[in-house]
Amino acid sequence: MSKIVKLKKGFDINLVGKAKQELADFAAAQTFAIKPTDFIGFQRPKVLVNEGDTVKAGTPLLIDKAMDQVIYASPVSGEIVEIKRGDRRKLLEIKVLADKAMTFETSEKVNLASIDRDTLAAKLAGSGVWPNIIQRPFGIVANPADTPKAIFISAFDTHPLAPDYGFTLQGEEKYLQAGIDALSKLTSGKVHLNVDGSKPVPAVFSGIQGAQVNQFSGPHPAGNVGVQIHHLDPINKGEIAWTVSPTGVVQIGKFILEGIYDSSKVIAVTGSEITKPSYVKTYSGANVSTFVKGNLNSGHVRVISGNVLTGEKIHLEGFLGFYHNQITVIPEGDYYEFLGWAKPTTEKLSYHRALGLLSFLSPKKEYVLDSNGRGEERAFVQTGVFESVTPMDILPVYLLKAILAEDFDEIEELGIYEIVEEDLALCEFVDVSKHPVQELVRKGIELIQYS
Amino acid sequence: MKFLRDLMDKQRPLFEKGGKLESLYYAFEAGETFLFSPNHTTGIKGAQVKDAIDLKRMMITVVVAMIPALLFGIYNTGHQHLLATGGTAGLWENFGDKLTTGLILVLPIVIVAYAAGGMVEAAFAVIRKHPINEGFLVTGMLIPLVVPATTPLWQVALATVFAVVIAKEVFGGTGMNILNVAMTARAFLYFAYPAQISGDQVWTYLGDKVAVDGFSGATALAVAYNAGVDGVPVTEALSTHNSVLGADLFSFSNLFMGWIPGSIGETSTLMALLGALILIGTGVASWKIIVSGFAGAYIMGFVMNLFAVNEYMAMPPQYHWVMGGLAFGIVFMATDPVSAAQTETGKWIYGLLIGFLTVIIRVTNPAYPEGIMLAVLFMNVFAPLIDYYVVKANKTRRLQRATV
Repeated sequence: MSKIVKLKKGFDINLVGKAKQELADFAAAQTFAIKPTDFIGFQRPKVLVNEGDTVKAGTPLLIDKAMDQVIYASPVSGEIVEIKRGDRRKLLEIKVLADKAMTFETSEKVNLASIDRDTLAAKLAGSGVWPNIIQRPFGIVANPADTPKAIFISAFDTHPLAPDYGFTLQGEEKYLQAGIDALSKLTSGKVHLNVDGSKPVPAVFSGIQGAQVNQFSGPHPAGNVGVQIHHLDPINKGEIAWTVSPTGVVQIGKFILEGIYDSSKVIAVTGSEITKPSYVKTYSGANVSTFVKGNLNSGHVRVISGNVLTGEKIHLEGFLGFYHNQITVIPEGDYYEFLGWAKPTTEKLSYHRALGLLSFLSPKKEYVLDSNGRGEERAFVQTGVFESVTPMDILPVYLLKAILAEDFDEIEELGIYEIVEEDLALCEFVDVSKHPVQELVRKGIELIQYS
Repeated sequence: MKFLRDLMDKQRPLFEKGGKLESLYYAFEAGETFLFSPNHTTGIKGAQVKDAIDLKRMMITVVVAMIPALLFGIYNTGHQHLLATGGTAGLWENFGDKLTTGLILVLPIVIVAYAAGGMVEAAFAVIRKHPINEGFLVTGMLIPLVVPATTPLWQVALATVFAVVIAKEVFGGTGMNILNVAMTARAFLYFAYPAQISGDQVWTYLGDKVAVDGFSGATALAVAYNAGVDGVPVTEALSTHNSVLGADLFSFSNLFMGWIPGSIGETSTLMALLGALILIGTGVASWKIIVSGFAGAYIMGFVMNLFAVNEYMAMPPQYHWVMGGLAFGIVFMATDPVSAAQTETGKWIYGLLIGFLTVIIRVTNPAYPEGIMLAVLFMNVFAPLIDYYVVKANKTRRLQRATV
């Protein structure tokens, strides 16, 4: 009973700096970090190691005391070089200096045929791969004690310059299959694998069994798992669904078949300021400096872990986020522009067609966008725009206004359970009044989650 | 532009916290952001790049869409003046005179509206400590276009101040208001100073000259209404109107082109449609409201035909499109995104009802020959109600899904 869904609403942001489908020979990253801030809803971090300890890949570094059965493991083997804290001793990063040769914490391989659901969940929670499983609503790390009504995997990413899973996961079929088998044990319902309906299905996904394969096509955000859930089996109040990225599924599969936490992944190094946009194989939480330094077109840049819509600004010496499979480097936009609001332009991308915004004339063109805020925040004025880039039966402006007013009933009734930040990220981009849409969405989720 | 930037950077500390002119920060900020797009960058988390649009650009697009109507209005003001005083016969004769007369009459109104409203806007921004709202760029241009060229300048100023304060600033500025600001200004004039904005005497500027014998200053709407009262077919009454000045002055094509007396910018349906083309092409105004507004007027005109008890009700419905300010009102006033319905379904209903109401008010109400002003204001008030039900339907769909 696979579904074919064609979406019309949305907007593709075409940028310069798409990764070439080849593995670059960048120097390997030396340090790796795990950042509690990557895990949304992480409440009370407890560090299990000290500076100077030696760890293996898979050694628990950190737990959340609010859900202590899930461990957050070291992505590599090596030495803990720094436990970095910020204001009021808030834990920011645990840095590991990697060994030359990787050693793993090993446990026995999992026999899916004989293991029961709860034992499997407990094993995965203790392995390091568990944080790949995200709970909807709220977009937080899933609780192993819950049984979700279904598990959703989006097999393609439509974000700007996003990596192509067909390339990054090639050769991982075996692990992907094992991961899906494991996931289908964890849910009472189905595992949905949603592929891009506009292209031939990549080899890695085409032979998958035990999952319902659905096809989605259309502009971004067609690849967002939240949008897909909305069209397949929407989340209502009181229901729980889980989502996992394909990279996460492969990590789960590796634990099932090999008994190790192998956090290796192929990431895309992209963006207009990268001289050689390409893919590179590394581990979760890698220090990006070796991929970026010496690979830049200009000096004044912004390095982003993730993509330009939902990513996070990091330093040249910063670390890749746990959930990110991509680095994007764009020019920093901290400049004034004379009459910038009135000048006709073909160089700046716009979803709109207002006076002088000519980018709609060349929809295929690739743009160089910088981080300039493009104007100041104003009250909501223009209407209908958010709806036109949100392929869901949701009224974003009303939802956001309810969040601003902290009206709990409205927030709930208008569909907060169905979205996380990335689902409305495009609204933040196209907004005439420049609201921090994603920040508001998280605020709304937290209002409901902790009420 | 480096020297301008340097100048700004030099002055900036004066207006920043702790500076001598700290209280005037938002006035400085308005000037600065007008000259230079700010150098703010996007935050650490969230969208790292932003769309090139901002509110300034959106608003200036609306102003540009109004320019055809303004230019036509200027020329037509002069044309009507010379026509009434017997100075001209052809449309393009005495081009220079007409243009000069029009400019002398219209430009001061535009300047006064911008100046009066701009000062109120700036004063509120400084006192309430919020940025100056770009919405005024549009309001300041709309107000002159919906008043007759003979309106005293002090009335323009008073109406603008009233509208900006009562219709907008008390609610918190652009984006928060309930009523269309420019329509409020016009309604204020209409009810406070009816002698200068209604009747037959105000639409054509005569100045110190005397009108031609037998000249009537009535607008097409008034002629049509009276035809209904007198039992003369409307089209016949229109075609014989002011025959001392020329034949067929109120022909359909003249009404459509706008060579008729009326408020400065509203007479020409063609120019309003040109504006609509710009607004729809740029995506700034909702085509749904414009289409449904015109459709609503036509449908109601047609329904009136079916139940016609007088000649006005029997008037061909397309005449409603070209008489009075219907086209201008639907294109520029009804589509104001803040005071209109904000849901996509709501926009259809909202536009349709504006069309309905305009025709009902025109045809059945002797006190208000023009219906669009009251129809738009009335629907502004009801737009939140329409949205309320559209939003409720969305919630109900979600709730039903959960219980199935």
